[in-house]
This record gives sequence, structure tokens and C-alpha cells, in this order.
Amino acid sequence: MSVCLLEMKSVSVAYESNTVLQDASLKVFDNDFIGVIGPNGGGKTTLLKVILGLVKPVNGKMIFNQELLNNNNIGYLPQMSTSDNSFPVTVKDVILSGLMMRKGLISRMTVQDKMKASQVIGELGLAELSGSSLAELSGGQIQRVLLGRAVIGDPRLLLLDEPGNFVDANFEADFYEKLRVLNKRMAIMMVSHDIGTITAYIKSFACVNRQLHYHPSSEITNEELLAYGCPIQLITHGDVPHTVLKNH
Amino acid sequence: MEGSIFQYEFIVKGLLGAIFASITAGLAGTYIVTKRMVFLSGGITHASFGGIGIGYFAGINPVVGAAIFSILSALGVEYLSVKQKIREDSAIGIFWAFGMATGIIFIYLTPGYTPNLMSYLFGSILTVTYADIIALGIMSVLLILYFGIFYRTILYISFDELFARTYSPYVNVFKYITTSLLALTIVLNIRMAGVVLVISLLTIPPNIAMIFTKTYLNIVILSVAAGFIGTAAGYAISYFAGIPTGATIIFTLVLIWITAKGVSHIFNSVKLKSNAK
Repeated sequence: MSVCLLEMKSVSVAYESNTVLQDASLKVFDNDFIGVIGPNGGGKTTLLKVILGLVKPVNGKMIFNQELLNNNNIGYLPQMSTSDNSFPVTVKDVILSGLMMRKGLISRMTVQDKMKASQVIGELGLAELSGSSLAELSGGQIQRVLLGRAVIGDPRLLLLDEPGNFVDANFEADFYEKLRVLNKRMAIMMVSHDIGTITAYIKSFACVNRQLHYHPSSEITNEELLAYGCPIQLITHGDVPHTVLKNH
Repeated sequence: MEGSIFQYEFIVKGLLGAIFASITAGLAGTYIVTKRMVFLSGGITHASFGGIGIGYFAGINPVVGAAIFSILSALGVEYLSVKQKIREDSAIGIFWAFGMATGIIFIYLTPGYTPNLMSYLFGSILTVTYADIIALGIMSVLLILYFGIFYRTILYISFDELFARTYSPYVNVFKYITTSLLALTIVLNIRMAGVVLVISLLTIPPNIAMIFTKTYLNIVILSVAAGFIGTAAGYAISYFAGIPTGATIIFTLVLIWITAKGVSHIFNSVKLKSNAK
């Protein structure tokens, strides 16, 4: 049975007088894979930030499952532009920073922590770059490092903000396959522009444009088709997965 | 006899000064260079001149005045840019010139002759006292302890502040503490290199280090080494040639930087050629 990890109840967020999210309600279950879509400036990133506690709602309530999300156990892959990717920090140190939420500010990384980091680095195919500085890496490699940082703590919920933007073509299929495997252990919420390429793995959608509309399934039901109010035709190319969302 | 005492003092002051200046400037410099805070640090440095002027006027130790001015201006820039939405570089420009103006006015108003003014602007080892050296020594210990204990925290906040905020509510506290320590480091090093030149003492060594290494800890270690060589050599040259200390130290450091850059350039092109074969 799926367990509820967190619930947003009519949450509103405003930056100064500018309302970014209004009356957003959402339940996230432990096996969810939610695609968060919507226009730029529509509040997608803000939605993730509310869950992370980086911004406080002006209204509404956030209810967290204390047992499963204790210790802030949420993995986070921010947009690449938020970090300084020419900073002289090694791949290994960046990945280890994903364990900081469990550590006190002065405690050292243990041997187990470092072994765990090596394991994550290996799984991401970065073993040879472990001691390299971020400045020496390509955009796609940096994205993998940041994914490693997000998952090293074995979070129950993984938040991804536009992960597709920098992933190189070689790694793209691999990257999404990794997410599918991770999804067996953790819920995933992914903000993306080009959600189209991975709809096969996404189980439900949240459309965010100041308001939040939740589509519980990526499959099209008759009822949803009826919402178009006219006969529609779906044209697909072979086996390309397809998703049509109902009107809102 | 008098000559040997003078020489002894010259060696002790020069050596200790070079060690402590390179440790403090290496640690603080790596932080400001990697975090792209060089302009802010330049602003803090010049703003501290206001404290020096008021110190002269009020008859208190100018270094104390400079310390207060530099910390307040560092926090003031942060306040104006974050809370008042003034562009950060504009806020820095305001504090920069305001500090210099205040310093000049108060030194002008101070009755009598102010012999050490030039030494504050351009640095002079002749006016460096043992108290200054001890203060730099204490600062070295403080910085080593601070960066040693909180190494990962400081590294991670510098690299990705947003991510750090997801696990620590103390990010701002760390930023304020680090900036205050930076301001104090700058003020204490003003005695070595002067208001106008001290920013180079902080920025050149990490840039020499980054020619050879790309990891944070190695940059710190190499910066301290490069800083020590440049400071000690510059000090010795200035003494024997009878030219101003601060300027000679900076000149020596820039020469090291150019040489290192040239050597690595030749080394890399040789490596490229041999790889091509």
C-alpha cells in the first residue's frame, strides 16, 4: 500500500506582494513519480522550495510524514544555474555534501560515508573523475554529480528541478532509466520543460501556473477524452508513448 | 652593536610578518577569490580608511578604528544589497568612497603632523610593531581553527548556498562570521601592504595556486606557500634597495604569478605537442 509522504493544504506563497502559488493542494505518496509542468515563472521551482522549507507559505498548511521524512530526508537537485560550477570542489566532496543534513556542522565524514560516496560515484559512471574538480567536467557530468549529491542520503522523496537541460544525449536514456530504478525506493517530483521524452516513467502530473492542477494518472480515460467536448484523434508514431491531459 | 640589534629586529619582524601575513591572506584570499568577492574585499579595505582617520583624530589606535569600519561596511553592503535591493556593486562603491572621504576629512582635522599616514596607504614594515605581528599571529590561529573545524561547511556554502540552506538554518550566521573574519584579516594586513595594495596580497597568491591545482584545500596550501615566498622576498628586497615594502611585496608576487603562468603555458604546449606525436 502506498503511504502519504506529505500533504499540502491550500498553500499560498508570495514574494513581497506577488503571489506565486495560490491555494495549491497536493498529496505525495511514497511511490509517486510526479511530473511538474507549467510555464516559466508559473511557480514550479517555488513548489519545490516550499516542500524543502526554503520558502514559507503565507497561507495554508504543510503536513509531513514525520516517520518517513524525518531528518529532512528529501533529496534535491536544484537547477544547474544555482551553483558555481567552476568552483574548485572535487566530485567526491560535492557528493558527500548530500550527507550534510544528517551531520552536525562540525562532525567529520566517516569511512562508511566515504565508501558510500565511492559506491554512488561508481553507479553514476564517474569513478575516474572522483578526484577531479567540477571545473574540469562537462555539463552532463556535473548534472550526474548533482544527482549523486541528491541521492547519497537515500531520501524517501527526490525533487528534481529541470534535470534534462544539461544532460548530454549519450547519458539521457541512462539518466531516466536511473530515475526509474530510484523510483522503486523513493518518490520523485520532477520539474521539466520537456516532459515529453520521459512520460513513460511519469505516473502523474501537476500543472503549475500559480494554481496547481493535479492529474492523478498519465493514462487517458474516456472521461478525460470527453472533456475535450469534441471528437479527437490521436496520431502517434509507432511505439512512442503518449499522454493527453484533461482540460482544466 | 646598534646595527646588529636593528638587523635582528628586521629579520624577526620580517619573518614572522611574512609567515602570518601569508597564512591569513592565503586562507581569506582563497575564500574571496573562489567566491568572487574580490571587489567587495576592495571596498571593505578602502572603507576601513575612515576608521583610521577617526582613530587619528580621536587619539585611539587607528587599527581598532579600521577594524570597526571594515566590519560595519562589510555588513552594511550585505544589508543594502539584500534588504534594500540596492545593486551590490553600487553599494560597495558607496562604502568604498565614503570610507576614504571620512578618513581624509578626519586626518585633515587632526591637529599636528601625522607621520604614519603614508604607511597606512602603502604599507611600511618600519612602522610595524610587535603588537601588530602578535595580532596577525592570533588571527592566523583563529583562521586555521575556524577553517579547520568548519572546512566542509564553509566549502559547501561557498559552492552552493541554496543547497546548503536545505540542510542548515545557519547559512547566514556562517556568512556573517566569515565576512567579519575577512574584514579583520584585511585590516591587520593593511600594516604590511597598505590600504591601496592589500587586496593584491589576498588575490595574487590564490591565483598563483590555481595555475597548478583545482581543489580547494590545495589552493589554500599553495597560496600560503606562494604568499610566504613573495612576502619574504619582497620584504628583503625592499629593505636592501630602500624602497617601499608594500609595493615591493606586490611587485614580487605579480612577478611570481607571471613566471608561473608562463612556465605552465610552455609546459602545457610541450605536453600538447608530445601528445600530438
